[in-house]
Amino acid sequence: MQPILQLYEYWNDIHMSYLDFLSEQGPRFIDGTIMTATQFFLSAILAIMCALTAGLMKLSSNRMIKGTALVYIEIFRGTSLLVQLYWIFFVLPLFGLTLDKFYTGFVAVGLNLGAYGAELVRGGIQSVPKGQWEAAYAISMSPAKRMYRIILPQALLNMLPPWGNLMIELLKATALVSLISVTDLMFEAKQINGSTFLSAQAFGTALIIYYIFARLVVTPFMRWLERVMARKMGRA
Amino acid sequence: MFDWRWDFAFEILPRLLQATLNTLAAAGIGYGIAVVLGLVFALAQRTPSRFVTLVVRECVEFIRSTPLVLQIFFVFFVGPQFGIRLSPWVAGMIAIGLHYSAYLSEVYRGGLEAVPKGQWEACTALNLSTTKTYFRVIIPQALPPSLAGMGNYLVGIFKDTPMLSVIGVAELMQAANAIGGSNYRYLEPYTMVGITFLAISLPAAGLIKVFEAWVRKKLGMN
Repeated sequence: MQPILQLYEYWNDIHMSYLDFLSEQGPRFIDGTIMTATQFFLSAILAIMCALTAGLMKLSSNRMIKGTALVYIEIFRGTSLLVQLYWIFFVLPLFGLTLDKFYTGFVAVGLNLGAYGAELVRGGIQSVPKGQWEAAYAISMSPAKRMYRIILPQALLNMLPPWGNLMIELLKATALVSLISVTDLMFEAKQINGSTFLSAQAFGTALIIYYIFARLVVTPFMRWLERVMARKMGRA
Repeated sequence: MFDWRWDFAFEILPRLLQATLNTLAAAGIGYGIAVVLGLVFALAQRTPSRFVTLVVRECVEFIRSTPLVLQIFFVFFVGPQFGIRLSPWVAGMIAIGLHYSAYLSEVYRGGLEAVPKGQWEACTALNLSTTKTYFRVIIPQALPPSLAGMGNYLVGIFKDTPMLSVIGVAELMQAANAIGGSNYRYLEPYTMVGITFLAISLPAAGLIKVFEAWVRKKLGMN
């Protein structure tokens, strides 16, 4: 009986001290989570815009336009996000373009993931059957209308599943903005670790929050979007 | 270009090249760990026990959907709290190897599931042991379809090594940070690091495509 009681007390100790830890550091974790969510949201919007633009540009028959998209995609996919983040933060000011760290964070993440997304957009558009292009041509739709009304909606539906993965990557990528001291979840975890020396609790809690965010917010939202899109296209 | 100093660039070049070797070593070791551990994760999801499958699956999901940089911090700082001191290199290799093993296990899983059912039945008919079935029949057939994904993650792990600089692994990014900090010049080191990454990852991606086509041809696929 004695050892079991001891074990119970020991477990209770850990348990209680973790609850204390949470109630003490909770507000900071919440602040960090809000900042991470903000960075996630803004960089997702930027990434989608960049991906659509660059993906469409890459399909252009104009060599200048195609080349521009190719350079953007290869540069951002060929180097690491961290390098890009530091470059934008430390080097761009030398060229007279100073961005606040908050803007630097989501701009770098958005541009980086946008380059990956551009490939998905290109693949999605190319996966639309040729007959759809021809049909739109046959009823003499303008190229812009054809793309906007016929091709893009179908392409969007085809590429939504890989976009779900990309959104998780994007969420993970936002953790890097802490390195230019944007006060996101990662940054708060580091600060808490520095002041309490409870590394397992500080970093572990942050890991769990990221996981919950990915698993219970981002993924279900993307699934829901897939269902809505499929229903709108009459494919449900 | 604006304020670009060639003499400074040449002065720091040897140091950056040295660090590039470290980056390549980090990517190589990390990838080696990931290739082996990924296979373990993939096979562990194929045991008859549903419980084991579920637990491993959830672990893989957990590793895949949390940031690598946070995992690096976790591995590096949590050890000392329990009396285990890890050097930055060891902690970094564990974290990055574990992270990519989760990705690679997904790649292997796809490859393993692509092996036709008849192969399994043939092994049963020949009375091969489970180990023999896997190592002599199934895995050799599962590997070629996995190669594309494996190659992509090799380039991926290389591009993620700069994150190791946060715990002080002396790789390319760390060297650039150190040079930038001590000379108050960030333009040359960071630009050169970017160019180095481009110069390695673009040809590597191309080579992997060629290699993949070669393997497919060798094995008489498509």
